[in-house]
Amino acid sequence: MIKLDKIHKAFGDNQVLRGATLHIPKGESMVIIGGSGTGKSVALKCVLGLVTPDAGTIMVDGQDVTTADRDAFLARFGMLFQGAALFDSLPVWQNVAFRLLRGSLKRPKAEAREIAIEKLRRVGLKADVADRLPAELSGGMQKRVGLARAIAADPEIIFFDEPTTGLDPIMAGVINDLIREIVVEMGATAMTITHDMTSVRAIADRVAMLHDGVIQWTGTVAEMDQTADPYVQQFIHGKADGPIEAVR
Amino acid sequence: MNLVLSPLATVGRKTLGMLAGIGRFIMFLFETISHFFRPPFYVGEFFQALLSIGYFSLPVVGMTALFTGGALALQIYAGGARFNAEAVVPQIVAIGMVRELGPVMVGLMIAARVTSSVAAEIATMRVTEQIDALVTLSTNPMKYLTAPRVLAAVIVVPILVGIGDIIGIAGGFLVSTETLGFNSATYLRNTADFLETTDIVSSLIKGAVFGGIAALMGCYYGMNSGRGAQGVGRATKSSVEAAAVLILAANFALTALLFSA
Ligand SMILES: Nc1ncnc2c1ncn2[C@@H]1O[C@H](COP(=O)(O)OP(=O)(O)OP(=O)(O)O)[C@@H](O)[C@H]1O
Ligand SMILES: [Mg+2]
Repeated sequence: MIKLDKIHKAFGDNQVLRGATLHIPKGESMVIIGGSGTGKSVALKCVLGLVTPDAGTIMVDGQDVTTADRDAFLARFGMLFQGAALFDSLPVWQNVAFRLLRGSLKRPKAEAREIAIEKLRRVGLKADVADRLPAELSGGMQKRVGLARAIAADPEIIFFDEPTTGLDPIMAGVINDLIREIVVEMGATAMTITHDMTSVRAIADRVAMLHDGVIQWTGTVAEMDQTADPYVQQFIHGKADGPIEAVR
Repeated sequence: MNLVLSPLATVGRKTLGMLAGIGRFIMFLFETISHFFRPPFYVGEFFQALLSIGYFSLPVVGMTALFTGGALALQIYAGGARFNAEAVVPQIVAIGMVRELGPVMVGLMIAARVTSSVAAEIATMRVTEQIDALVTLSTNPMKYLTAPRVLAAVIVVPILVGIGDIIGIAGGFLVSTETLGFNSATYLRNTADFLETTDIVSSLIKGAVFGGIAALMGCYYGMNSGRGAQGVGRATKSSVEAAAVLILAANFALTALLFSA
């Protein structure tokens, strides 16, 4: 469903992606792991067209994203940003219901609000946060509002950039279950970035490891535990020594 | 050889850079205008912009105009006295306020108040990925953020200028009748008789142009902000500088165009 083919991206002389290639089949949950600053978020943004790759092609549903109808394409997407990226001028429920209040999915205000409150409930937030402003919420709460916004319009393809960072272990468990549920029940295709190995095990069908600008390794969770790949081994066991230089 | 060529190369690079900048800005302008005519229209955003650019600017515009009009009356009276022409105060205050000072002062206040806040707001949205989030939510940031603000400014700043003109003339009137001994009925009649429709129309045209410049500069620098708090600061500063300079330059151009015939 989503195919990245030899994606290159540099910011100035900072070569971030150097030929990353990845395939995510429809209805699968792909988790991307990799060191901080290796370009995981950049890779997601390339697929969404927020960042233009220097070279390489990205296909979604067999269509090149640079030539496809961008509006139709984005209508099927949901994205949780690493920093939540909530609109701070709008109350929480209007953030969640943003898509439902304008454009092609527009519906009556009361109905949109109801859906927003239901989505907030699914990420473990009570109805009383609905009328607060994002700035009045804690970091973890903002993250969950961002998640509710990403799933509000029941997208077919969902990207989560570190969905459990900043959450307590119980809430992280709730979110992991939710992501799994969205993939299994709604048949969505998901691409998740995380550093949290519990999360990886809970939500991944397949795991890909990004290192040095390329996908170094990819396989199922079971394969991940058995692989002899020194990069994956070092990463999942959190060792300071290994092929990945910890101190640069 | 290099001694000759390298300064030339620098000049060339600078010129190319500047031309590219102007090109980017013109594309930004045309894209903004195109969104005025292509649905969907974000009506709520537009009315909010009308309110924040227009209504909430009234106090500062009123105060600026009042003091400017008062000072103008004092100066013209003192200056006119040197060749026994004190009586021209009402006419010169009217023409000075309506043709030049009203639009320019209001334009500059809008640059200070609106350009800066629009630039800081949009730049912060850029830096915190809210602009990216808009795109992923199928909302064009130019249509959602830029178009409503620019359109609102083009509509509402002329109204502010009109109000500023009236308050400025009132300032001159108050000073003249209270301290300079003018008869109030005569003052008002002189003002009304002297002002022509073209004066007023040109004042409002200037207002629309200045409003457009102020909002566009805020949006342009905000959208193109660099990263981090420093990026926001730089975007805000540059937007106000650019808006103020462009407003004064446009004022010169418009005055030459409208009054030289
Ligand atoms: N807009 C940008 N301009 C310049 N450099 C950028 C930009 N976005 C990302 N980078 C650089 O690209 C590199 C990868 O960034 P990215 O955000 O993708 O990392 P990441 O893998 O998501 O890391 P983390 O796990 O810490 O979130 C970093 O070195 C970053 O400085
Ligand atoms: Mg990241």
